[in-house]
Amino acid sequence: MKRKANSASGCAALDMSGNRLDRRAFLKAATLPCLAACAGGVIAPGLAFGGAPAESDAQFTVEAQHYEKLPYKKIKCKLCPRECVIDDRERGYCGVRENRGGIYYSLVHSRVVTAHVDPVEKKPLFHFLPGTLAFSIATAGCNVNCKMCQNWDISQIRPEQARSTYTPPQKVAALAKQNQCASIAYTYSEPIVFYEYLMDTAPAGHEQGVKSVVITGGYIEQEPLKKLCTAVDAIKVDLKAFSEKFYKEVVNGGLKPVLDTLVTLQKLGRWSEIVYLVVPTLNDGEAEFKALARWVKSDLGLDVPLHFSRFHPEYLLKNLPPTPLETLERAKAIADAEGLHYVYIGNVPGHPAENTYCPKCRRVVVERAGYTVSGVRIRKGKCQYCQQPIAGVWGS
Amino acid sequence: MNQKSNPSRRDVLRLAGALLVGGGRGFGRDARPSDPAVAGKSKVVISRDAKLRAQKSGLDSARLLNVLDRAMQAVCGCDSPLEAWRKVVRPGETVGLKVNCLAGKGNATRVELVDAICERLQQAGIKDIIIWDRLNADLESARFRIVERGSGVRCFGNDALGYESELVTFGSAGSLMSRTLTQACDAVINLPVLKDHGIAGVTIALKSMFGAIHNPNKYHLNVGDPYVADVFMLPPIRQKVRLHICDAINAQYEGGPSYMPQWTWPYNGLIVSRDPVALDHLGWQIIEKKRTEMGMKSLKELKREPTYIATAADSRHQIGTNDLNQIEVVTV
Repeated sequence: MKRKANSASGCAALDMSGNRLDRRAFLKAATLPCLAACAGGVIAPGLAFGGAPAESDAQFTVEAQHYEKLPYKKIKCKLCPRECVIDDRERGYCGVRENRGGIYYSLVHSRVVTAHVDPVEKKPLFHFLPGTLAFSIATAGCNVNCKMCQNWDISQIRPEQARSTYTPPQKVAALAKQNQCASIAYTYSEPIVFYEYLMDTAPAGHEQGVKSVVITGGYIEQEPLKKLCTAVDAIKVDLKAFSEKFYKEVVNGGLKPVLDTLVTLQKLGRWSEIVYLVVPTLNDGEAEFKALARWVKSDLGLDVPLHFSRFHPEYLLKNLPPTPLETLERAKAIADAEGLHYVYIGNVPGHPAENTYCPKCRRVVVERAGYTVSGVRIRKGKCQYCQQPIAGVWGS
Repeated sequence: MNQKSNPSRRDVLRLAGALLVGGGRGFGRDARPSDPAVAGKSKVVISRDAKLRAQKSGLDSARLLNVLDRAMQAVCGCDSPLEAWRKVVRPGETVGLKVNCLAGKGNATRVELVDAICERLQQAGIKDIIIWDRLNADLESARFRIVERGSGVRCFGNDALGYESELVTFGSAGSLMSRTLTQACDAVINLPVLKDHGIAGVTIALKSMFGAIHNPNKYHLNVGDPYVADVFMLPPIRQKVRLHICDAINAQYEGGPSYMPQWTWPYNGLIVSRDPVALDHLGWQIIEKKRTEMGMKSLKELKREPTYIATAADSRHQIGTNDLNQIEVVTV
């Protein structure tokens, strides 16, 4: 799980007077100006939170893909496994797709609520063009409601409740190129809910030589997923837990469809990595770690990177402490013992488990400190010391 | 989330504190409106007039006012309508009228009813009234005219003032509250409509307050249980909503919340109570009776029994009662 813009990187946000801002104040004050700044001032800020949108609703509205028309102007959304049945004038669980007279619309095409230039390691994608930048965008909305969400103030709102800027696909691609980003990352909230925008933006990026990576909870139906795989270059899946109970009680979703997503990604050969946010007392049992590692080994293979990330108290789980380092190290040890090749510890800057080790000679082949890559010792996809292939997308 | 999550001790303490603070102001000389333990039996008044729509052009405004007056006098135990209103609101307060416009003009809270309430509120000494719902567009679709500025009667959606920036939580609910509720209104009269809901079973008084939060789309899982009850427990709602006047002039027994004219019927009345749980429970029974008359399956058979009503009455919520022995139904 990544945070937008600031805290995890250790960079404090300051206001114009140099005062330290808390996270919410920072987000409110800085989201769009930050976008504009990182994009060379190209994108103008919208109106304040709570105000009317700067642009008309129409420019953000496109007919949704993946839905079924029902009698009496109802529709059934077929984008995610929730399969919301939605009355006329109502929205789905995600809050960004609306039934208007029996036609289902996405309300967030080109409706960017936040954008930043991030290291790709922040996603985290550790085996995808290390050391490169990702032009990272999000719209409002999410198809689950995780109690530990770090970005709830954009993921759990409706699009009209936030500042937004009209940023069509070609503009995203141009901004990414202009900012020397190797990829566009669809991230922060849940890209599945802005599926149409993503599917239009990825080819626009490719035309500019910019790849696309998706940072998702993976709660998506198989048909749209397969199409998505044809359009993008890598997918990082936040596997929230390895129990249906957690998914039901904490995520408001389901585990099975997410596991199906991971299997499909593997079958289709799309590069994928898994992040498991370890939440104290809720998904941090050794049996769960072991079951997870065994499932990854048997159903996905040894080469899928697995990141165990530290939880920080947020949103509806502020009563829990940050994950103890020992818990993360125990999780890694269990996964290592199962034979997984690439197991990381995340959100603990400076930890040696941020590095990539060759599974054969055990030497460091990608050296990291936080989001900074200080050395890559991979040549043509192989360990430069022992020639062992290192799974991933490494570039030239 | 299907499993009911218990409110934390912090939730309960926060709510208790909020009610203590809120209890000192607001409901005029009377006890708190939605506390049946204080008020004794919960009174639900059904006020009807078969000739309410005698005029071809629409509702008979004089008859509608009479229906409203009879209901208010009965629910407050007063001899005059103004006396009744003064038991609900006090001069100097800004009174919010929370209408329900989701279904558009076909089956939203009637403008004529809102006009009648405004007339009586003004006569009772209320100068500032805000008619509100989720969005300006929703209000306009139900024939309300947006008036965002000035004094007197204003009308606007949550998009005018936006939402608070800090979450409020209870049980499974965590939401940003409408600033119209938290900042602009001292007291709120809830004006839902009587209708079926394709997910939650029915949508009447309790669920209508989804219009006061930023994320209602998150709370329709598990037939809205316990979300509807949890949302109603959020302190700004518990503190400020004083009375529920359900517009049952046209009621809908299937196909909701969208307007489906083939499944509406003229109930020609209002259902009024200080107890939203009792009101919802009776309203649900009215809808079920109509469904039976029309040869339709019960909501339970369709797996959309509104169990959130019982949850709202349980020991964790105590919003009101769904026990018929504790509900006094008065027909006027």
